[in-house]
Amino acid sequence: MPAFVLPLALAACGVADGSGPQDSGPPRPGGTLRLGLSSAPDCIDPQQAATNAALNVGRQVVDSLTDQDPKTGAIVPWLADHWTVGGESTSFTFHLRGGATFSDGTPVDAAAVKTSFDGIVALGAKSLLGNSYLAGYRAATVVDPATVRIDFGAPNAQFLQASSTMSLGVLAPSAYRRTAEQRCQGDGLIGSGPFVVTGFRPNQDIALSKRTGYGWGSPLWRHQGAAYLDRIDYRVVPEPGVRTGSLASGQLDAITDVQPVDEAQFTGNGFSEPVRPNPGVVFNLHANVTRGVLADVKVRQAVSKGINRPEVTSTVLSANYKPATSILGSTTPFYTDLSKALAYDPAAAGALLESDGWVPGPDGIRVKNGQRLTASVVFSAVFNQNQSVLELVQQQLRKIGFDLRIELHTNTETSRIQQSGDYDFLWYNVTRADPDILRQQFSVKGGNRSRLPADNPLEPSLAEQSATVDTARRKPAAEQAQRTIVEQAYAIPVFELTQVLAVGPKAHDVGFEASSRLQLFDAWVSGS
Amino acid sequence: MNLIRRLLQAVVVLWAAFTLSFLILYLLPGDAVLTKLGSAEGGPSASPEQVAQLRAQFGLDQPILVQYGKHLLAALHGDFGVSVTTGDGATHMVLTALPPTLAVTGLALLLAVVFGGAVAVLGTYTRARWLSHALLSLPPLGTSLPPFWVGLLLIQLFSFRLRLVPALGSAGFASLILPAITLALPTGAIIAQVLAKSLRTQLAEPYVEIVRAKGAGRGRVHFGHALRNAGLPALTLAGVVAGNLLAGSVVTETVFSRDGLGRITASAVTAQDVPVVQAVIVLAAFFFVVLNLLVDLVYPLLDPRVRKEVTIDG
Repeated sequence: MPAFVLPLALAACGVADGSGPQDSGPPRPGGTLRLGLSSAPDCIDPQQAATNAALNVGRQVVDSLTDQDPKTGAIVPWLADHWTVGGESTSFTFHLRGGATFSDGTPVDAAAVKTSFDGIVALGAKSLLGNSYLAGYRAATVVDPATVRIDFGAPNAQFLQASSTMSLGVLAPSAYRRTAEQRCQGDGLIGSGPFVVTGFRPNQDIALSKRTGYGWGSPLWRHQGAAYLDRIDYRVVPEPGVRTGSLASGQLDAITDVQPVDEAQFTGNGFSEPVRPNPGVVFNLHANVTRGVLADVKVRQAVSKGINRPEVTSTVLSANYKPATSILGSTTPFYTDLSKALAYDPAAAGALLESDGWVPGPDGIRVKNGQRLTASVVFSAVFNQNQSVLELVQQQLRKIGFDLRIELHTNTETSRIQQSGDYDFLWYNVTRADPDILRQQFSVKGGNRSRLPADNPLEPSLAEQSATVDTARRKPAAEQAQRTIVEQAYAIPVFELTQVLAVGPKAHDVGFEASSRLQLFDAWVSGS
Repeated sequence: MNLIRRLLQAVVVLWAAFTLSFLILYLLPGDAVLTKLGSAEGGPSASPEQVAQLRAQFGLDQPILVQYGKHLLAALHGDFGVSVTTGDGATHMVLTALPPTLAVTGLALLLAVVFGGAVAVLGTYTRARWLSHALLSLPPLGTSLPPFWVGLLLIQLFSFRLRLVPALGSAGFASLILPAITLALPTGAIIAQVLAKSLRTQLAEPYVEIVRAKGAGRGRVHFGHALRNAGLPALTLAGVVAGNLLAGSVVTETVFSRDGLGRITASAVTAQDVPVVQAVIVLAAFFFVVLNLLVDLVYPLLDPRVRKEVTIDG
């Protein structure tokens, strides 16, 4: 289970740091964690935010009904101490724990949860993530002050995991007396979390302060009671060189998005590098099966065999990144290891193309009936190394006689192209700690990025996994879906996006939650 | 009469800036909603219905003339609308980003004028050929060094190595120094180049001979007469310099992790966030109009010929 070494690695780094010159001993309360973010959170309301930078802030401010174990993917209690799932996964009843309050002093009761969920639905598409999690939402019903039931019009197994995300984090009823725009700016952003927003300057910094009297933390956390840190100062530092320099010179205590070239300088010397692969759909070449040479399954399979994934991670990325071993990241629940099917095998790729009638042309690119073996991939620079990765993949595929043309576009253009369906391959990843993300991207009723026909072999398993929270039924369905996608090469997985932090000698236990976003409840700083 | 004409011109300039920026952003493929979706890292693919719903929420589904009319009408009241990316009022965003940018550009302008001026005056005044050469080769160097690189170099040396100033943020005067120097470099170089050139031109003018013949010393000729006349073209440069500073602030604010007009302009343009771009552009146009008005008012004080024309006209 190499995917889940992270919590161990974190624990190890805490101990390893402690044995250094800095100090050892138990975590201690107090102090400020100065954390460098690579991009500016535009909107810090976790219900509306969809970027990692913003979600890394929002997680500390709101609590969720449930939490998800990053090690096992299991859903555990948080604001709800137990729950029942009824119907065909259409009805979820949460029994709230007592004593939790929002930072304005009001209780976290069933009415507040209802107001919050109704509030997310009212946001409409402004809550991109929240709304996709609540698709088919019928109503939230206050059964009694400590019990709330949420009903859906259709089976919605993914909702249980969604209830653990900050996107469905619970805000106080008073928050909805502010407009969505005001909440974005931190005005009225009142949650029940261990930290409260005390300052927000766009493009500049965000200050969170410890909530005193907090005592309803997730059982997954290492301690209970209030957080250790008095303050978290998020600084927005867009330039990677300045980010690493600021950490190295002690002007920051931790930074996100360490560039692969900078990773080496933070191994040892009291520095540590917590890493965690993102769950969800890995970075992949998502094929449009209605177009050109990609309509041919053998061509798609050959492309998959022609990609040397370990070479991608070892040359363009770093040892902290893992080659894809499924369409789902290894930290996703019900991930299944398909590394054999995704092994690099240029000879088999060539043989497959040969048998399919593709013969090498004068420039080495294969041809068949006058058609060249070529397809383009549309991508944007959301991940810094995208271009380098694709250039390497291009070289690898050239060896099997496949001409991959790479097309860099702006974010706007990529989403326009993706909406229009006018592409051969799309290059992207999606973070989500639930296998249902496959249904959202591949189902004919979802994004259908492969443009599959309604009677495709993938659809039944996608539908099956979304219909039940029963692991005995859900797991095989989710695994079958991954297998079908890889075998049919509807999408060709390449590598797992990984969060790479660098943490200075004074900071400890900076951790990740199940979706690889920051969880800072257990973080602490030594000295001052 | 002249003043009224000038004011009318100013209004036309502002309106044109507003309209052009709207048109350009409108003509670009895609819109703010698609950008927002494209930058969502954790986002599943939004359905076409969701996209349509978002467009409706931001009023982007309306015909171009309706959108334009609404924006224009609100802008007349100082309201540029709400940013699609941040949810904050565009006017508020621009007004909060203004002070940090003004602080850096103000200090940069001061440094540029003082050092750029000094280089030009000394470079043309000194009799030591090597010094003149050395000084006058500085401006071309200054314009050719990329500010991005200069900024990183300065941070590396003064913040990370020597730890004299903070690398991040906009807290206090210390945080202003490095960005101001970075920004002053290309601007000062332009000022030095233009001033040095016009100083040389002035020194070659016939009137200089007359002044000399009347018994004025080198210093008096250089500073009293040539510099005063050479100052005019340099003053006309004010508009260019201001534009330069504004453009440079995009780079310095990114490198030095500061908030400011440059940062919000750059991100608003990439996000096709029409309200913010328009607020910035109208503000910038307003500055240019005021600046040019001031230059026109100061000009006659320096040049008697211009003063005469103005008097006749007025």
